[in-house]
Amino acid sequence: MAPSHDTVLLAHGGGGRLSQQLIEELLLPAFAPADGVLHDAALLNSPGQTLAFTTDSFVVKPLFFPGGDIGRLAVFGSVNDLAMTGARPVALSLGMILEEGLAMSLLERVVHSIRAAADACGVAVITGDTKVVERGKGDGIFINTSAIGVVEHALKIHPSAVQPGDAVLVSGDLGRHGVAILAAREELGFRSTLESDLAPLHTTVNELISSGVEVHCLRDLTRGGLASASDEIARSAGCQIELEEAAIPLHSSVNGACDLLGLDPLSMANEGRMLVICPEVHAAKALEQLRHHNPAACKVGTVHSTTTSEQQQPVLLRNTLGVLRPCDVSRGELLPRIC
Amino acid sequence: MSAEAKQLLEQIHSSTTRPWTLMEVCGGQTHALLRHGIDQLLPPEITLIHGPGCPVCVTATERIDQALALAEQPEVILCSYGDMLRVPGSNGRDLLSLRAQGADVRVIYSPLDVLELARQHPERQVVFFAVGFETTAPATALLAQQALAEAISNLKLLVAHVRVVPVLNQLLSDPACAVQGVLAAGHVCTVMGGSELNDLVQRRRRPVVITGFSAEELLQGILRCITQLERGEARVENAYGKAVSAEGNREAQTLLKHVFEPINTIWRGLGVINQGGYKLRPAFVQLALDHKDRQASNEQTAEQAECPSGLVLQGLLRPSACSSFGNRCTPDHPLGAPMVSSEGACAAYYRYQR
Repeated sequence: MAPSHDTVLLAHGGGGRLSQQLIEELLLPAFAPADGVLHDAALLNSPGQTLAFTTDSFVVKPLFFPGGDIGRLAVFGSVNDLAMTGARPVALSLGMILEEGLAMSLLERVVHSIRAAADACGVAVITGDTKVVERGKGDGIFINTSAIGVVEHALKIHPSAVQPGDAVLVSGDLGRHGVAILAAREELGFRSTLESDLAPLHTTVNELISSGVEVHCLRDLTRGGLASASDEIARSAGCQIELEEAAIPLHSSVNGACDLLGLDPLSMANEGRMLVICPEVHAAKALEQLRHHNPAACKVGTVHSTTTSEQQQPVLLRNTLGVLRPCDVSRGELLPRIC
Repeated sequence: MSAEAKQLLEQIHSSTTRPWTLMEVCGGQTHALLRHGIDQLLPPEITLIHGPGCPVCVTATERIDQALALAEQPEVILCSYGDMLRVPGSNGRDLLSLRAQGADVRVIYSPLDVLELARQHPERQVVFFAVGFETTAPATALLAQQALAEAISNLKLLVAHVRVVPVLNQLLSDPACAVQGVLAAGHVCTVMGGSELNDLVQRRRRPVVITGFSAEELLQGILRCITQLERGEARVENAYGKAVSAEGNREAQTLLKHVFEPINTIWRGLGVINQGGYKLRPAFVQLALDHKDRQASNEQTAEQAECPSGLVLQGLLRPSACSSFGNRCTPDHPLGAPMVSSEGACAAYYRYQR
């Protein structure tokens, strides 16, 4: 099937429906993975060990934002993608596309930040590349990182392992990164003391697995937020996920900003939060581990089996008045409402 | 469910003895009603129909076509609110796709940002596509006043502001109109106050209750409206007292009067509404872009055959009953504005009740 738009739109990169369409209509047919199911990182079986491999690109504006910067984001982003397979991160590649005219002092700050973040995660930056584009052809710095890690557990952590009856947990309150970035863009004219949730997740994942939680699936909640991540997992797993709106942890500033701008907090980006799917009987143990890192971690939903007719609605949300409704995936662009 | 919401629901159930049809005016209220699932919790006797209070939905196709044509001119920087950028014009194109093809289209958050753009780019023609109800019109008025005071010469306003009370008056005057009570738009009333609704109630003999946006506020509005209907009363009532006063925001009203004058204007899908829009007063003529309207009306008819948004905006067609809903018309490929906007009734149904 050919892509259904004549031109690439910003929304194709927003982690919502248009991103999904681009992957399903153009990229999957060209590069379909062996099992046909997408995950945050690919697994490579080599003699004696399983490796995890992933790549991610970073185009954030502003380059420095409350709670982080593009350098840390580039390291933690790829480390987190690896962590979603339960892999221990080992090494990173670093590709930078720089815009002519960028202040060298700023580049230095970013590079130091990358180094510090890599050290904190115990990964080495072992290969890299730099290109420079003419002024006006880039946005300061674009970064791509690829990461390689080692899988040292026997679990199958994958959407295909998700079972009806499983519990759906989140590792902390949602939407801080998205709101912090919106607030940092001065044109929005609203101030917030909220910081991005940017953080590495591999240690948390390692603790979950070591504590004996039978993890079925993990998903890094980045662009598109909880809404996109649960939709992708439910569709890949052939299950339905029911979320409990009242249980979803949201900081009051995230709620307030979303209310004001007419945006859906469940579609707001995160950079240090994940969805954990595990058997209901392991949920309490998993939450105990997650709460060592973030006290807001909690159970937000349940996986159900699904009939063919229900496949139209992979994710349902039970709202605060007790009514069930479909949980919508955003198109991919954040367009604040008029009034 | 909050104890308050539960109690209000119980009161609505016990107060309702007959079928009643209410219209919530504002698209934000439509979304909130469906998001909270309030329509499913009300007694079956109560029918909610969705009013025309979605600013981008009612912006005339002619005006969008004009904005698209302006955005295509290389010297133009076209600015508008985010919601407006995906609304298709008469040939299905929108501002966002023009931007992807190279047009300089900017999302702005406050009209005063437009002033800054005009100052920064004296060599470019900056155009502000000013849409919205009395909620956003005062900020446009402020922009016009400042632009004039600073003698900024590279700024033009394509004014498509619309007024709520005239459209309600016209809708309710139609003998075919089934609406028996109105939940008035809380945000507009914070600016215009409650008193301008008195005349409407006098003329159209229906209860009008100023209503907010939370589940409890909506239930409170519905309860007060039903109570009036059951008693045979028709008056203006304020169920959104925390934000709305009888006189409204006087400063904003003065600004509106100073900069704009009411005109008859086309609402998308509804046709010409008497005194339903604003235009700049003669003192601000140097900022004005004249409306370019089509002479023939057959194109409008063709659009209506494709998308019956006018019926939706008058509450005569439930979005999910439209033959294109959810198949030929989705938020990714909208045939009409109510499927695009975060305040459109079709988008609300698509999102919450597929």
